[in-house]
Amino acid sequence: MENLLSIFVKSIFVDNMIFAYFLGMCSYLAVSKTVKTSTGLGIAVIFVLGITVPVDYLLNKYVLTAGALEWLSPSFASVDLSFLSFIMFIAVIASMVQLVEMVVEKFSPSLYSSLGIFLPLIAVNCAILGGSLFMQEREYGTLAEATVFGLGSGVGWFLAIVGIAAIREKLKYSNVPAPLRGLGITFILTGLMGIAFMTFMGIKL
Amino acid sequence: MSTNTEKEPLFSAKNLRLLTDPLNEKNPVTVLVLGICSALAVTVQLKPAVVMALSVIVVTAFANLIVSLMRNGIPGRIRIIVQLVVVAALVILVDEILKAYVYDVSKQLSVFVGLIITNCIIMGRIEAFALGNKPFPSFLDGIGNGLGYGLILVIVAFFRELLGSGTIWGYRVIPESFYMANGGFYENNGLMILPPMALILVGVIIWVQRSRSRNLIESN
Repeated sequence: MENLLSIFVKSIFVDNMIFAYFLGMCSYLAVSKTVKTSTGLGIAVIFVLGITVPVDYLLNKYVLTAGALEWLSPSFASVDLSFLSFIMFIAVIASMVQLVEMVVEKFSPSLYSSLGIFLPLIAVNCAILGGSLFMQEREYGTLAEATVFGLGSGVGWFLAIVGIAAIREKLKYSNVPAPLRGLGITFILTGLMGIAFMTFMGIKL
Repeated sequence: MSTNTEKEPLFSAKNLRLLTDPLNEKNPVTVLVLGICSALAVTVQLKPAVVMALSVIVVTAFANLIVSLMRNGIPGRIRIIVQLVVVAALVILVDEILKAYVYDVSKQLSVFVGLIITNCIIMGRIEAFALGNKPFPSFLDGIGNGLGYGLILVIVAFFRELLGSGTIWGYRVIPESFYMANGGFYENNGLMILPPMALILVGVIIWVQRSRSRNLIESN
């Protein structure tokens, strides 16, 4: 249990998707003009990461790693499909996003109308594929750990995008040097926020 | 050229522009805001940055070429999946080649090679260019955009490695005797090695670029 909590906190603050690894920067820069839309996108990312990381974990454990197919028949023990992981992960992500979109549309039209436009965008968000690849690289031991890692990364991303959106809303009233306006100042602000987030690095849980 | 496009020379002015525009006026990173995702974490040193840039050039060029060759056969509704499969297959090839020939760099790049798949430059150029153009211009467009991306990566990596570690491409540029530890006056800027400085450097590059060509300045 403590282990899970530590993975959760670590993935939000220390290994923050944006400030430590720059994942999902494209949509982070493009959709962070207002707090309202970025909240929607942030929630959608938490949602999708919370689903795709555990699914990819199962896929990785029972299909892709070396000797993983042994449960089918002992003769498969020497099969190593890990070189296929990119293509399998991206296929899972694309189809899960499609599935989530349909389920949300059916059961919660109000959520769909607020998330709807963001869900297709998310299929090619690097943070999602990055979540699965980090899960594979860091070799989380159980399904619970993978799920918690996925959710934590999503929450970290959510915090980052809502934070920058709030700052950018205020920034409209400031006098930024003309060549820095828009993209330039957003990069520099993200860098400064990253430095602030680095203070969490020393935390030992 | 106006009557018969078949006669267009291989490297006409138009085709050359496809190659050179993305380096400055239409740079994918600083102007079109594409593909920052997997880029900046690999810029602590010059060598991984160059390897990453080369991988991206190869993948964009060939993804553009292949999708452009297939553009009349892909049904519009499932094109995203088809594109993803093409890109993912190319990235797997690149990854296997890197693992075989430059294993240490491949380890350093870790998940970021895989993340080329979701690099928005590739999907963006396929959607915006390769689906509507002939194979050869698409190929050039891919190379051009890959180069534009690589240029930013290499500039950022150059400054981070020089100021952060005092080396370039692993070779020492600032002599050992300058350092505090050896009785000198110099100290590496440790902040440069940390991730946030990559963002600030890109911000500065944008600042420089837009001060030079003022038509790129945004309204807000």
